Amino acid sequence: MLLFVAQRVLQAIAVMLVVSLLVFVGVYAIGNPVDVMIGPDATQQMRDQLIERYGFDRPLYEQYFSFLWRLLHGDLGTSLVFNMPVLQLMSSRLPATLELTLAAVIGATVIGVPLGIYAGYRPESPLSRLIMSLSILGFSVPTFWIGLVLIFIFAVSLGWLPAGGRGDTVDIFGSQWSFLTLSGLQHLLLPALNLSLFKMALMIRLARAGTREAMLSDTVKYARGLGQSEWTVLRHHVFWLISIPLVTVFGLELGTTLAFAVVTETIFSWPGLGKLIIDSIFMLDRPVMIAYLVVVAFVFVTINLVIDIVYVALDPRLRKASS
Amino acid sequence: MTSRASILALRSFWDEFRENWIAVGALVVVLLIVLAALAAPLITPQDPYDLANLSLMDARRPPGYVGFGGYVHVLGTDAQGRDLYSAILYGLRISLQISLTAGVIALALGAVLGAGAAFVGGRVEAIIMRIVDLQLSFPAVLIALVLAATIGQGRTGLVFALVAAQYAYFARTAHGAASAERGKEYVEAALSIPLPSRTVVLRHILPNCMSPLIVVATIQIASAISLEATLSFLGLGLPPTEPSLGMLISEGFQYMLSGRYWISMYPGIALVILIVAVNLVGDQLRDQLNPRLKR
Repeated sequence: MLLFVAQRVLQAIAVMLVVSLLVFVGVYAIGNPVDVMIGPDATQQMRDQLIERYGFDRPLYEQYFSFLWRLLHGDLGTSLVFNMPVLQLMSSRLPATLELTLAAVIGATVIGVPLGIYAGYRPESPLSRLIMSLSILGFSVPTFWIGLVLIFIFAVSLGWLPAGGRGDTVDIFGSQWSFLTLSGLQHLLLPALNLSLFKMALMIRLARAGTREAMLSDTVKYARGLGQSEWTVLRHHVFWLISIPLVTVFGLELGTTLAFAVVTETIFSWPGLGKLIIDSIFMLDRPVMIAYLVVVAFVFVTINLVIDIVYVALDPRLRKASS
Repeated sequence: MTSRASILALRSFWDEFRENWIAVGALVVVLLIVLAALAAPLITPQDPYDLANLSLMDARRPPGYVGFGGYVHVLGTDAQGRDLYSAILYGLRISLQISLTAGVIALALGAVLGAGAAFVGGRVEAIIMRIVDLQLSFPAVLIALVLAATIGQGRTGLVFALVAAQYAYFARTAHGAASAERGKEYVEAALSIPLPSRTVVLRHILPNCMSPLIVVATIQIASAISLEATLSFLGLGLPPTEPSLGMLISEGFQYMLSGRYWISMYPGIALVILIVAVNLVGDQLRDQLNPRLKR
């Protein structure tokens, strides 16, 4: 088990190194950051000073190693546009993205899994068919388009909910959170719903497939043979049988939701990390782009690592195979 | 297979497909959309890319408005005074062109990489498949977003970004199918003739991996259409002078808050119908080509 964990951690570190290199080289190809930072009427001397200050004149590999070195010391550079440390900038935006992502994934699980279990338990009922058609829609329709429709219906036509922004926030340990105020919750509802629909469709499908399989298993036959009620069978047996793949997907989806949040945050002007990366792409804010990608990659690699380890801990068969 | 046998196989495939009327309906919708997109210049009143045809006096008019051109704007006009019905069909053309091009290139690249890796085996296989796995652990949106931002706008850049985001799905599928074929006797026989490995991979192994690849292709083309629209919506796609559907929706978005819903709404509906229809066809193909569900 220890060997397995050590092996996986080493692999994760290797992946992070490769990703950081790719990101650095990739982002380096975009435009000339000097043009963004100073006006066209600046003198050549000012340009040269600036280039030297940020080290743009040094060879690419030197820039990469000094970037890596600073990264390991927790220094992600300084934003060219906001003129503040990227780390500070990102951590000020992180709570917004975090609460949006968590609300979306938890909402999708809490609503999607019971619907999916029902659809798997009674596959022929009209309600199940309705649930499945809706899940196909949830899969197919692009996230940004659902966002627009939600804004049009609930914000423009009905006027029930705000179309964008974050609303009032509460300060906890220096970071701002929306979900503790009524206005914040109102602002959170539409973007979270938008972001969660795709996940919900996924959860429904997985839970349905798992339930259909589990209903045929010996466990369920035996439990029924013992005379347990259908509710007990679903609650105590089927639910646990389908939980392992659901846990995996829950974890993976936390990561992908971070990426999809880019779209949702742009539509709802939600001031999180996703909006930050889009803005920095347009403004050629190189340090922010690199830092964002490295951080997101780090989150992904960590989630994958944790899932691998949890998997082995949860499933005794895998534990045997890995040792 | 003789041509007569393949015609028979195709016919029985179609007979099975025909049983699912939803899939047939979806296929008809897809064909109609493709046809309408191809024939766009013939069936639209306006060339929306010709600036001489546009008048700002006609901008943002509701559906049914009669503009300076003397014809009815059935779906209204957008902020540049483009007839929306024309712009949607031209936009569909671009969206389809880009996503089909990207889909075909990604299919070819992924199939060759995946099947090649499975055939060669050893370290090459391990390296290729590790890269593919690594890429699959990141969402396609993110990869396409970064690439589109890095390479810059334009058709080539966009197609490249889509290919890079999608080839891994094909490689994964082709690798799985080809690994199963690799050990079969006909491959051994072909190798012992001896045929060159390139011929064996391209002419013998790959054709037998086609059914899973076709299924993945339909689904990936639907997702390429959606990705392209998303990138264009975020402003990372094509320039606004040649709006694809995503760009039309994005431009209309700012007017939606003031109640001018049609600029965003109609291109969006066209997009959704197209994607849902392609997905429904793909679903049916998957059910039919999946050997595990065969009776």
